Amino acid sequence: MPRVVMRVNGKEVSGEVEPRTLLVEFLREHLGLTGTHVGCDTSQCGCCVVHLDGRSVKSCTVLAVQCEGAEVLTIEGLARNGELHPIQRAFHECHGLQCGFCTPGMIMSALELLQRHPAPTEPQVRAWLEGNLCRCTGYHNIVRAILQAAEEMRQAPRPAA
Amino acid sequence: MVEKGIGQAVPRKEDRRFVTGRGRYVDDIRLPGQAWAVFVRSPHAHARIRRVDKASVEGMPGVLAVFTGADAEADGIGPLICGWMIHSRDGTPMKVGTHRVLATDKVRYVGDRVACVVAETLHQARDAAEALVVEYEELPAVVDLATADEAPALVHDDIPGNLCYDWELGDRAAVEEAFAKAARVVSVDLVNNRLVPNALEPRAALAAYDPGRDEITLYLTSQNPHVHRLVMSAFNNIAPEHKLRVVAPDVGGGFGSKIFIYGEECVVAWAARKLGRPVKWREERGEAFLADAHGRDHVTRAELAVDADGRFLALRVDTRANLGAYMSTFSSAVPTYLYAPLLSGQYRIPAIHARVRTYYTNTTPVDAYRGAGRPEACFVVETLVDAAARALGIDRAEIRRRNFIPPDAFPYQTPVVMTYDSGDYRTCLDRALELADYAGFERRRQEARARGRLRGIGIGCYIEACGIAPSQAAISLGAGVGLWESAEVRFTHTGKVQVYTGTHTHGQGHETTFSQLVAETLGVPFEDVEVIHGDTATTPVGMGTYGSRSQAVGGEALLRACHKIIEKGRKIAAHLLEASEADIEFEAGVFRVKGTDRRKTIQEIAFAAYVPASYPADLEPGLEASAFFDPPNFTFPSGTYVCEVEVDPETGRVRIEKWVAVDDFGRIINPLIVEGQVHGGLVQGIGQALLEHAVYDRESGQLLTGSFMDYAMPRADDVPSFTVEFAPGSPTPSNTLGAKGAGEAGAIGAPAALMNAIWDAVGTRVEMPATPERVWRAIRQTQMPQAAE
Repeated sequence: MPRVVMRVNGKEVSGEVEPRTLLVEFLREHLGLTGTHVGCDTSQCGCCVVHLDGRSVKSCTVLAVQCEGAEVLTIEGLARNGELHPIQRAFHECHGLQCGFCTPGMIMSALELLQRHPAPTEPQVRAWLEGNLCRCTGYHNIVRAILQAAEEMRQAPRPAA
Repeated sequence: MVEKGIGQAVPRKEDRRFVTGRGRYVDDIRLPGQAWAVFVRSPHAHARIRRVDKASVEGMPGVLAVFTGADAEADGIGPLICGWMIHSRDGTPMKVGTHRVLATDKVRYVGDRVACVVAETLHQARDAAEALVVEYEELPAVVDLATADEAPALVHDDIPGNLCYDWELGDRAAVEEAFAKAARVVSVDLVNNRLVPNALEPRAALAAYDPGRDEITLYLTSQNPHVHRLVMSAFNNIAPEHKLRVVAPDVGGGFGSKIFIYGEECVVAWAARKLGRPVKWREERGEAFLADAHGRDHVTRAELAVDADGRFLALRVDTRANLGAYMSTFSSAVPTYLYAPLLSGQYRIPAIHARVRTYYTNTTPVDAYRGAGRPEACFVVETLVDAAARALGIDRAEIRRRNFIPPDAFPYQTPVVMTYDSGDYRTCLDRALELADYAGFERRRQEARARGRLRGIGIGCYIEACGIAPSQAAISLGAGVGLWESAEVRFTHTGKVQVYTGTHTHGQGHETTFSQLVAETLGVPFEDVEVIHGDTATTPVGMGTYGSRSQAVGGEALLRACHKIIEKGRKIAAHLLEASEADIEFEAGVFRVKGTDRRKTIQEIAFAAYVPASYPADLEPGLEASAFFDPPNFTFPSGTYVCEVEVDPETGRVRIEKWVAVDDFGRIINPLIVEGQVHGGLVQGIGQALLEHAVYDRESGQLLTGSFMDYAMPRADDVPSFTVEFAPGSPTPSNTLGAKGAGEAGAIGAPAALMNAIWDAVGTRVEMPATPERVWRAIRQTQMPQAAE
């Protein structure tokens, strides 16, 4: 079986995988990083969004072997020294989550939005989230959380890792 | 005011694990040596199983076993049950088609379970499931609900006309008399579209057998682990009840679909025992579309008799409801007792009669989905109310005001079983209209028309029966179980509080709201309370979470357990403070001798209870208490939703411009959480009205909308932000907490409000889901009648 080496949440990891192994399977089954979820089988729901070399991707649509040498950031790597990222904190404060299943993907997707567009409008946030489904919140508080996080991140930019 | 007590918008304590990826869902649990199960499902809607050729996968890598229906039957695994008995109007019991955990003779819908393959890895199990040869003899399928009784085929060979029951409620003669005298009769033919629940976490099960204890532990995506344990032991013979532990850890949404006892969890638990290894099954989304119980699916003819002033005289409803291929766990109750008793809506309607026939078809079983019967009832009533307003030329708000049950009429006995507890419908309506600027709407309509757009406004006034349920009432109507709830409060030596509840939280935030309730009642810090749920080994027997019941029934049980703690604490405090028990008062976590500064905190009392150096001679040590609560009546949340839409006549696309919700949920523990429940419910209701539809091919019975690429789930840019307000509130007398329940309201009231707005915009009634195509066609037919001919 092919061997794959990548950096996940700042740490070098490796594993032997079947060629058909998806990145999400590698994260969940090989590395035990179960914060990245699988909610569908057609790349629609966005529960599995992680960052691959700084861009958000659906980890159910990337083969693990494609990530050789890549830098992967998952929801587990977002808080630093126990301090929540502003997006995580805003989801909490705005009640932007209920069952929590879509939440990691939502947050990782919002992260790229705010990296690219630090001051999005509400329609821009809603349009950006087209690849992330939530069945609980009706999106109202997710949108509110992302707008609040944007505001906070503009006022106090987080130093790069 | 207690910090983080009742009524405060406290952010949730459970959030931290979810926003950091540390939630623990069933699929996140991995047991040493676990094998993987994959189900082989029927590709046909209706077929006889000729042969399952186990040899076809023999020797494939990693394959451990193939289980069939015959194997299950040989091992005494019992069929799945329906837990609510309905009798037809001629007195005969409903006709139940046998529902095996794995099919034996026939398959009856696309996705029906035929076999289960267990292998070392998920990939190996999938490969083998794909390779397994099953021979079928295809049979004609019954797909269309409206003609199921005339279909040449029978879903169950022993059930003629595919009819499960023909049930009625209400006074038919009184209704006929009222119709004969009515100034006007309005009627509508409605389709309540079939929906797929689609909780974002697919179902999953992980079972382990411990031969030393002869015990099975089943980790399961369940809304009600004790109900799963009860049914799987008593009917499916998986293990005796005390030898089956069901754990529902974090569960990623349910909306009804995780109430039911499905074949998959029975097979997984049974396979784990047979193989002596943990076995895991995780549903794929494509399977979820086929295998999770669907919702709604009614066709209804409804008629309302009114007098010349628009006062309602009588309502007649004839509904055909789709059961799918088998009766799911509570499927019989949904189109009967969760539906017809709500047909009075918020109105005085002197006579009501409902007839409901349920039919088997070769489709996925249908059961409770958020609202369960009540959205269907609300849609019937609110559509008729708008029809009556149009027919008589009365303003749609005004006709509602004329017919509302007035606030001084409670408790109000409807002609269809229910006794409404409390409400102030007019206040909710008027406040919603004010927030929506109903008075200024015509100006906005004109302004939109000038831009070439059609603008409409719609009202939906809903009533909901929650707090399910008074056990005696439910059992007398056919329920097979009591529907009380339980709670236990346990102090530790150091004054911390562990709360054990029989309810289950899968998004509702019980860990927070129950902590607020305990902080308020016992005066302990919110942070010192831990809420434990979802494990039959540790929590008291409970009935679980559905029907917006957790706060109204479970919260009340918890409140009562807290009061028992206070009463015991009072005895201990009286002893320690050398006072008479009658002189001890309790407030904000402190026991005090009235009129003195002699006091003991509840934490000191807890320590004294566990280290009883000085202690009342006749009292047991320890500070814990449990309580069960069986409500005397349902609770009846109500509210008004007002929706304003704009339609592009060129494309038929509907955009929601504004949405106002004014709800009466009684006493609210956490407005932040309750608002979130409203938002989510509204979007599920909007999804039903605009987007979602489980469509079957009428010939082949294939589900055409079997993935997120084909079934339109509401996305963030399909829906607006909402204006949500709570009515001053009329606390329910059905529990001392005063909470009515809030989980389903949005999904109940939203379709009516939105569809009435579309009707107002385009001038003709459109069926759900109001897709751009349907709306476009409706506009063409209204505006260009000649073109339609």
